[in-house]
Order: sequence, then structure tokens, then C-alpha cells
Amino acid sequence: MASDEVKVIGAWASPFVMRPRIALNLKSVPYEFLQESFGAKSELLLKSNPVHKKIPVLIHADKPVCESNIIVEYVDETWSASGPSMLPSTPYDRAIARFWAAYIDEKWFPSLKSILKAEGEEEKKAVLAQVEEGNALLEKAFNDCSKGKPFFNGDHIGYLDIAFGCFLAWLRVTELAGGHKLIDEVKTPSLSKWAERFCNDPAVKPVMPETATLAEFAKKIFAKPPA
Amino acid sequence: VATMANEVILLDFWPSMFGMRTRIALREKGIEFEYRDEDLWNKSPLLLETNPVHKKIPVLIHNGKPVCESTIQVQYIDEVWSDKNPILPSDPYQRAQARFWVDFIDKKMYDAQRKVWWTKGEEQETGKKEFIELLKTLESELRDKTYFGGDDFGYVDIGLIGFYSWFHACEKYGNLNIESECPKLIAWAKTCMQRESVAKSLPDSEKVIKFVTEIRKKFMIE
Repeated sequence: MASDEVKVIGAWASPFVMRPRIALNLKSVPYEFLQESFGAKSELLLKSNPVHKKIPVLIHADKPVCESNIIVEYVDETWSASGPSMLPSTPYDRAIARFWAAYIDEKWFPSLKSILKAEGEEEKKAVLAQVEEGNALLEKAFNDCSKGKPFFNGDHIGYLDIAFGCFLAWLRVTELAGGHKLIDEVKTPSLSKWAERFCNDPAVKPVMPETATLAEFAKKIFAKPPA
Repeated sequence: VATMANEVILLDFWPSMFGMRTRIALREKGIEFEYRDEDLWNKSPLLLETNPVHKKIPVLIHNGKPVCESTIQVQYIDEVWSDKNPILPSDPYQRAQARFWVDFIDKKMYDAQRKVWWTKGEEQETGKKEFIELLKTLESELRDKTYFGGDDFGYVDIGLIGFYSWFHACEKYGNLNIESECPKLIAWAKTCMQRESVAKSLPDSEKVIKFVTEIRKKFMIE
């Protein structure tokens, strides 16, 4: 029915945009992907997210939902019958999943971004150390949350897998650019295996950009002179 | 869960608008809890142990298990004690809207408010403009409803009301009149203050002004 249509406004390179797309795929919900052009914001985006004017935006039956992690919870709750729950069943485990998702957005991803922007060896070393510290925390979080299962959420990909996994392509690009492995079998053995599983999942593969393509794109956007 | 003895401890700091959220949520649900005020310049071993990642308050410790981050605590409380006074709406779209606005408050309010009482000159003038703009955005989301969610006190109200206890300090040091700029928002705040859970959880405005005065004396370069 046209009135139940789902649209996602986004861009192929954005890890945040990947989140709702993975969630919709996991629930087998068809949607129209509206690609924003780099550097310009569409009328629809400005109208649907007047507060932040940012992607992703999910539009369901003409009603917009903004903020990627909020969209994932919305998808999970709306299409609860169409797939396994994306959040753990106990309130405590849910609080833990939400905690790490918030940590990833507030601390981990900003430190990953600063690797690509870092100037000089000193700064690079400092930010790398921060990211590695974060990875060690997330390795432990994975072991605690997964309880021996393949994903943070257990048997199936869930909220925290999506919150973290969406950054894997950018992580690989950063590793290539810096010549320094961040997630590997030695430092983060559990995360290393989890990353393989996550990236190869049929709900993830179609929306995760190829590392080489993303690396090209990164060169372009980081090559821009400071404003 | 209902049969377990519930031991609830809240590590907090009395002027924290974030801690206030958790206090309100616990009181809305009628939960007995032990309130422990932290000295943020001398953090307790329990705080450092229960929130090793951020070392911040508030920390909610329920039967020995810590939950960190105020918005996560409020959702946790709502989910554990789901039998009374629901905090989040039940409809997924309404829930997404409520989460959006609390996220907005989290991203913007603290820094905007801080600029008003903690900065001077140009920076303060810009800060004041941003702060009022923010309040006006929230006011337009409130419209003519009693609470942000409609007729019932809920998640967004809890997310925002703590900042109200700092408004008089902002007015004093920012030379502002918030009520003249945002009368509907002030009316909303006064309605919230009529609730016992809120009145008990927010510090007196005068106490906050005194606290801000001390902080400014100690740390601000005149």
C-alpha cells in the first residue's frame, strides 16, 4: 500500500545511513533509497529533518524518523513480528547495549575520524592509542554481551552490532591509510571474527561499500582545503 | 523481578540536571532508593568502579549491577518497573519522537546553558542567542500541550525539566528574562514542578545560584 511506503534518505558512504538500511534488511522490509548528492541538501531532507538537516531520515507512511540509532529501535519495534528482536530481552542487557552504542558514537567514532585528520606523527600516535584503548573495551564488551554467541546481540545481528559494524568499512580505510591494523586476530580476536561475520551477512553486504571505493571517496573529501 | 529484594543506589551530584532525570524516574515509579552525593573533585571508589569508562554521575546501581547514562537509566527504570506510570509512550512512532527530543536536549542544552553562565563578552552574547533559540525550538514542539507527550508526564519532560533549576542562575549571570522569551515553556515547567517527583528531585534555584557563584569565583578568570 502506498500509505505504508518506507523511504530512507541517505548517502552510500555514510556509516550512519547504513544503520537503518541494515535494520530494514533484517526485517525484510522493502524501502526506497533516496540518495542525497554530496554537498547539497534536498528539499525533502530539509522538510523531514528541519532540526538537524542531517541524514539518515526514515520516512514511514509520510512520517519522518530521525537519528540513526533511534530509527533502528523504531524499525525493531514497528516490524517486531518480521524478525528476531534487535535488542536483548532483559532490561539490564538492553541498558548495556545502549551504553556501548552511545560510547561508540560519543567517543570511539570521533577518535577514529581524528586518525584520518591527524597531522604529524605525535598526534597520530596519540589518537591511535585512543582508538586502540576503545577497541580493547569493545573486545571485552563483545565477550560479555555475546556470551559465546556470534553477535553482540547473540544469535542474530542486533542494535549494537549495527551501531558498531556500520563503521567497519571506514575502519578498513583508516587502517589502509595509516598502515596500521586496528582490529585484528592478535589485538582483538573476538572482534576480528565478528567483523567477518557481520560484513558477510546478507543484510549487511548490499549496503556496505567496498573498501577501495570508500578509500577513493575519502581521499577526495579529506583532500579538500580547510574552509 | 517482582519477587527480588530491590536494592537501588544512585550515585549523583545534587546540581546535576542529568542526575535529576533518574531521581524523577525513580520517584515516578515509587521506588525506594539510597541517594549518595558525590564529590566530583574527589570521586568515590564505588563511582570509579561502577563507571570506569566515563567516571561520571549519575550511576544507578540496582541489586549490585550498575547502569550508566541518565537517559539509559530512565529507560531501564521504565522497563523494569513497567507496572505503573509509564514514562515512554507505547506507540513506536511516539517513542521515536520522544527519543529524538531527549537526544536533541542531550546534544544541545548543556553546552548552550553553560555558555550563558560561564562565559563573558562576545562568547556570552552568542551563547545567550543560541540558548534562547534552543528554548524556542522546544517551546514550538510543546505547542499548547500540557506535557511534551500530550496529557501525560513522560520521557521528554523528564529529559528537560532539570535544566529549569538552572534558569535563575542563567538569568542572573546572563542578564536574561526567560519567561518573557518563552512563556509557554515556563508555564510547562511550573506544571511539572507541581508533581511531587519533580519538586523533590530538583534543587532550590537559590542553592544553584549560590553554587554557580562559587564556581565562577573559584575557576573563572575575571
